[in-house]
Amino acid sequence: MRHTISVIVENKPGVLSRVAGLFARRGFNIESLAVGVTEDPNVSRMTIVAEGDERDLEQITKQLYKLIDTLKVFDLPREKAVERELALIKVAANEKTRSDITQIVEIFRAQVLDVSEDSVVIEISDEADKIESMEKMLRRFGIKELVRTGKIALERGG
Amino acid sequence: MEISGAQALLECLKKEGVEIIFGYPGGVVLPLYDALYSDKTIKHILVRHEQGAAHAADGYARATGKVGVCLATSGPGATNLTTGIANAHMDSIPMIAITGQVATPLLGKDSFQEADITGITLPIAKHNYLIKKTEDLPRIVKEAFYIARSGRPGPVVIDIPKDVFVNKIKFSYPDKVEIKSYKPNLQGHPKQISLACKAIAAAKRPVMYVGGGAISANAAGEVKQLAEKCNIPVTTTLMGLGAFPGTHELSLGMLGMHGTAYANYAVTDCDLLIAVGARFDDRVTGHIDKFAPNAKIIHMDVDPAEIGKNVRVDVPIVGDVKNVLRAIIEKVAAKEKHAEWVAQIEEWKKKYPLAYKSTKEIKPQYVIEEFYRLTQGRDVIIVTEVGQNQMWSAQFFKYDKPRTWISSGGLGTMGFGLPAANGAQFGRPNAIVADFAGDGSIQMNIQELTTAVNNRLPIKIFVLDNCFLGMVRQWQELIYERHYSHTNLCNNPDLVRVAEAYGAAARRVEKVEDVKAALEWSLTITDRPALIDFMVAKEENVFPFVPPGQPINEMLID
Ligand SMILES: Cc1ncc(C[n+]2csc(CCOP(=O)(O)OP(=O)(O)O)c2C)c(N)n1
Repeated sequence: MRHTISVIVENKPGVLSRVAGLFARRGFNIESLAVGVTEDPNVSRMTIVAEGDERDLEQITKQLYKLIDTLKVFDLPREKAVERELALIKVAANEKTRSDITQIVEIFRAQVLDVSEDSVVIEISDEADKIESMEKMLRRFGIKELVRTGKIALERGG
Repeated sequence: MEISGAQALLECLKKEGVEIIFGYPGGVVLPLYDALYSDKTIKHILVRHEQGAAHAADGYARATGKVGVCLATSGPGATNLTTGIANAHMDSIPMIAITGQVATPLLGKDSFQEADITGITLPIAKHNYLIKKTEDLPRIVKEAFYIARSGRPGPVVIDIPKDVFVNKIKFSYPDKVEIKSYKPNLQGHPKQISLACKAIAAAKRPVMYVGGGAISANAAGEVKQLAEKCNIPVTTTLMGLGAFPGTHELSLGMLGMHGTAYANYAVTDCDLLIAVGARFDDRVTGHIDKFAPNAKIIHMDVDPAEIGKNVRVDVPIVGDVKNVLRAIIEKVAAKEKHAEWVAQIEEWKKKYPLAYKSTKEIKPQYVIEEFYRLTQGRDVIIVTEVGQNQMWSAQFFKYDKPRTWISSGGLGTMGFGLPAANGAQFGRPNAIVADFAGDGSIQMNIQELTTAVNNRLPIKIFVLDNCFLGMVRQWQELIYERHYSHTNLCNNPDLVRVAEAYGAAARRVEKVEDVKAALEWSLTITDRPALIDFMVAKEENVFPFVPPGQPINEMLID
């Protein structure tokens, strides 16, 4: 099962490699990892998407707590969280295809950031599966480059 | 008054009660060695290899319960410490490893003797620090000691660039540590304590399984109280030897791959397993699904991550095992002998005792037993190398007190014994410290004989010389059709002459009838190390032996 794990850590040098190294060492594959400071500049929040069963999740949570710089670790089940991921997609475009592309952009409530003679750059911020379906729809035009931030998530309410 | 970072570091060490450090100098730690030159309180022991410094600090920590401190220069000095750091980490030994680093402006430039030691030690230390400003030094040292000795103890690395040693600060040492993100949980949850008491009351065939955690928590007294109050037989891991008296009638000795048959049978048959500061390591459990298959499991440990890591647990209790045991002892109702269970165990003990066959040759087990008889009742610390020597020392010497057995458990580091014996002897100058060694292992840190000789340490080194990498040879014999691939050490140097060249007293013993006198002789040497090269039976095996991956009740007994 896929889990979204939030790891709240002291914002100190090396903390990212401590966390990432722990996942690697204990045999958990990280699918995505997003990190940045929080409302408190001394604290960073990592959002990690990883695969594993309940026992794996329990073990990695405990191991993360063992890192001296870890303040809090929690799993964010999908139904309890708002999730977003940002992608920038550079799609091949010419006069003929550009309007088809723009239509897709509108359907997904995405945005065109840059237009040039032979390509457009699209920004989409959404849940991962939406980004994937948009990517699928754009594929026939030719995707030149794609970059994703990895998921970030917050608990609803509270 | 302002003092340099180097002087500040020494002041910090004094505040932490450090009396001795083991180290080796080099370029970037020159400012620190200069401060040591004029310091009168801290004793610095010059080793002959940084690995020796780390193991000595480790042995000192195991023998005394204090934090061991080692010191090395940057680059190769620091990397030479790493085996010792990993060794301490695997066995949860409190240690501070101080490494010099290139000056801050040179960091990250592949400067001369630069090695990223914080990166390197990330997975093999409890924590590590790179100090970038001298102002941070006192706080970081304070934190490092606190982390090393609290919760589940372990090694902490402090990497200090040369300019941080040189720059001056106004020194003051914090009297409190406050690490928001590190708060070990020390008291067991009352609800879990009650559940444990209930389980103990209901058990008909209980066994206590005690690991090194009971020793680091100084909980041997509590282990004994609970065992006696509720009449629970006790088995210990390799790391737990000494946490319960080996001569006690409730003692089952060690369990696991080379455990006693009766310990392994008892664990397999028990209906309640009480794990105390132990971690269900594969050398203990064998085939994990068949380990204690009928038992309810109570697992107490200060490290929450250990609970549920390898086996499912019925009653998890996170907390310092001394506190947890105390709470249980207070609450639990005393129990009579479990008559049937005791009878069953007695039968196993009679049927499958630890044994070996005496022949004309010197049996390694005999040397150990003889030394046990000779020193019984005296203050003895047994240290070991790794391999057969280690397992026989675990089996044939009885450890009645904690910190009298010092061995590399988790990492299994050959070359640990000699430097660790040095460290132990520094920590416990009046104890008889003996290193049981193999002819392979002893050559891995033989240079530390110099450290022993220079400091007039009367350690004993008993080489059980089988001219083989014995434990590996045993596996080759039993699992690889006697293909003795690269395990024959017939071209060893003359270890007696080597030892003598270092300035140690040394002898060779080739006949059974000379063993006792030689051991007695070693006890008369009090001003330098004594090495005895016992030419033992070459192809003797350690039994019982649970082949890797097998259930522990399926042992080869002989
Ligand atoms: C540093 C290191 N290298 C290799 C090993 C693998 N190993 C485990 S036991 C052993 C043989 C030890 O031989 P010896 O020291 O002669 O002891 P014996 O088993 O004969 O008592 C070896 C090579 C190890 N444990 N540590």
